[in-house]
Amino acid sequence: MDILRFITAGSVDDGKSTLIGRLLYDSKSILIDQLEAIEKQSKNRDSGEIDLALLTDGLRAEREQGITIDVAYKYFSTPKRKFIIADAPGHIQYTRNMVTGASNAALAIILIDARNGVVEQTRRHSAIVSLLHIPHVVVAVNKMDLVQNSPDVFNNILIDYEKVARNLGLKDVKYIPISAINGDNIVEKSPNFPWYSGVPLLQYLEEVELESDVNLTDPRFSVQYVIRPQTEDLHDYRGYAGKVISGIYRKGDRVAILPSGLETTLSRIEIGGQEVEEAFAQQSVVLHLEDDIDVSRGDMIVKSDNRPQQSQECKAVICWMDSKPLKPGNKYLLQINSTRVKSVIREIHYRLDVNTLKQEPQPEKAALNDIIEATIKTATPIAFDDYDHLRQNGGAILIDETSNVTVGACMLQGLN
Amino acid sequence: MSKYHLDYLAQLESEAIHIMREVAGQFERPALLFSGGKDSISLVHLALKAFRPGKFPFPLVHIDTGHNFPEALQFRDKLVEQIGEKLIVRKVEDTIREKNLTEQKGKFASRNALQTYTLLDLIEEFKFDALIGGARRDEEKARAKERIFSVRDEFGQWDPKLQRPELWNIYNGRIHKGENVRAFPISNWTELDIWNYIKSEKIALPSIYFAHEREVIRHEGQLVAVSEFIIPDSNDVVERRRVRYRTVGDMTCTAAVESSAYSIEDIISEIIATKTSERGETRIDDKVSEAAMEDRKKTGYF
Repeated sequence: MDILRFITAGSVDDGKSTLIGRLLYDSKSILIDQLEAIEKQSKNRDSGEIDLALLTDGLRAEREQGITIDVAYKYFSTPKRKFIIADAPGHIQYTRNMVTGASNAALAIILIDARNGVVEQTRRHSAIVSLLHIPHVVVAVNKMDLVQNSPDVFNNILIDYEKVARNLGLKDVKYIPISAINGDNIVEKSPNFPWYSGVPLLQYLEEVELESDVNLTDPRFSVQYVIRPQTEDLHDYRGYAGKVISGIYRKGDRVAILPSGLETTLSRIEIGGQEVEEAFAQQSVVLHLEDDIDVSRGDMIVKSDNRPQQSQECKAVICWMDSKPLKPGNKYLLQINSTRVKSVIREIHYRLDVNTLKQEPQPEKAALNDIIEATIKTATPIAFDDYDHLRQNGGAILIDETSNVTVGACMLQGLN
Repeated sequence: MSKYHLDYLAQLESEAIHIMREVAGQFERPALLFSGGKDSISLVHLALKAFRPGKFPFPLVHIDTGHNFPEALQFRDKLVEQIGEKLIVRKVEDTIREKNLTEQKGKFASRNALQTYTLLDLIEEFKFDALIGGARRDEEKARAKERIFSVRDEFGQWDPKLQRPELWNIYNGRIHKGENVRAFPISNWTELDIWNYIKSEKIALPSIYFAHEREVIRHEGQLVAVSEFIIPDSNDVVERRRVRYRTVGDMTCTAAVESSAYSIEDIISEIIATKTSERGETRIDDKVSEAAMEDRKKTGYF
């Protein structure tokens, strides 16, 4: 059993909350008391239907306004997988929330209302999925019941979306006709789509192959904390605690410490106090080094023959998340994994119109929810990979040093 | 599957350890809030994996409402002795006396709301800048929206509309003086995940999690144990039932469930078959209003 983290993109009108409610309901992840609570509130009580959408609205303001403001996390599991849904709002004024939800997702469900087809919002959501490099996409064509379950409607949407996908470079796209409100093609294959030869949505979510998403070739490790017991019997113990971001580390590996560049050998690897021969991506471990080198939080330990880029300057696609605008010359703290450095925004190359994908060259500033590309200069060199190549070591945040708020999400890219 | 594949529990464990180490790396004076329940016992287990053979970079703190299950307190003291870490206990009783607070009246009077005062005093006394807690997002709707690093102002208040974006696995723990962060390493775990983890790691728990006989009364359909804090009145029918606890909170606001689960395996089967959520079945205090938890969190509650 493994974990699939996915995001659902769409608005209430597309039936997004209904779809999530349906997945939770049909996988029996909703329990009686929670159902009773939403039954009490269901707006369409007259029709006798439970409003599954109410399951996902967590904050009072959201219930009052009937919209999703913030990312909510929902959980369900089947015997095959544990699922974590990042339920993010779909409106343009919440682009930053969608980017947040998308940052950890391995799959995105793009909801399309069968009556409307591919619309501006579909393009915007797909652009964010592409920018954040979510590896798998499901286009769920919803409300098929309202178009008489027509294969022509479905196929036309498929043709339209393929253009969008090609434009954005989305690779793994799956198309599934559904009716969330009726539960058609969610858990069981629906008899209403005899022309559809694929699997229902949940089965696809259970079976989509995730192993190849994990990078096992480029070893990256960011030191979080140094374990030094300093007791009598362990006074020489010095372990570097952190999570293997990607790749595989083996005892005896020749490694380099960044930013210093000093080289040494991995003398010991521990997981949960037990010594092991090797450690791989996503494991939290403790590494020991042969030589007594100065290593502290934020340093990287990498294989000496496979190093990330090291530079004081890089390009970044930035989603701006603060109400104070971003302007060239502004200074922020840049944090990548456990490393934090001072940085300054050089020039802004363009602003991306997420609806049309047109680039507006050299804007003066970026406002809340804008997506721009800029050059960032850091006070000391940072060790990073191109986001397109390795999400886990190419994503960084910008922090406003005066408010301490996270103000930007950066997808880094080397200058060359 | 290749041998470089992490099972889902191993993924959750690794994520939780990563979060704890971020707390240790980013804050000067963190603490781990320990209630004696299964979630905080699991946190201690995760901390052992994150920091051994070193000492924990934080003490355990317990806000003692005075309404605890005796079994939970005994378990707490034994565990602390076993792992050799520091435990700080502050009593709600003392806060009530010192601050002249008014207690709820009536049979199910709970100190749940009052413990926030003790917690905020404790934070001030020790200048804690981060508190690790065992809250899970599956517990409740307001919790589903809370960040893993959740910033609280100097009054301990949570502002759900002003939460920092939290991207990838990057945690921003920068705060102003007087503020603190509540960090939730097991945010992404469900009740069933916790039980599966307890089983696979053979984590010991207080005996009240397992089926035992107890004198109870019925309160709005829930079973509440008769104790020095819950004294039956003339309308109550005292029954002897075989029960266990799904959560361990105060004796005044935690209900028992009928059960014959004597082992972790039995408990897991019961949870898979259950029709009611953990909080819905066992917490008397959440039934008050639709937004009960949201309101409590806004005023500094965990």
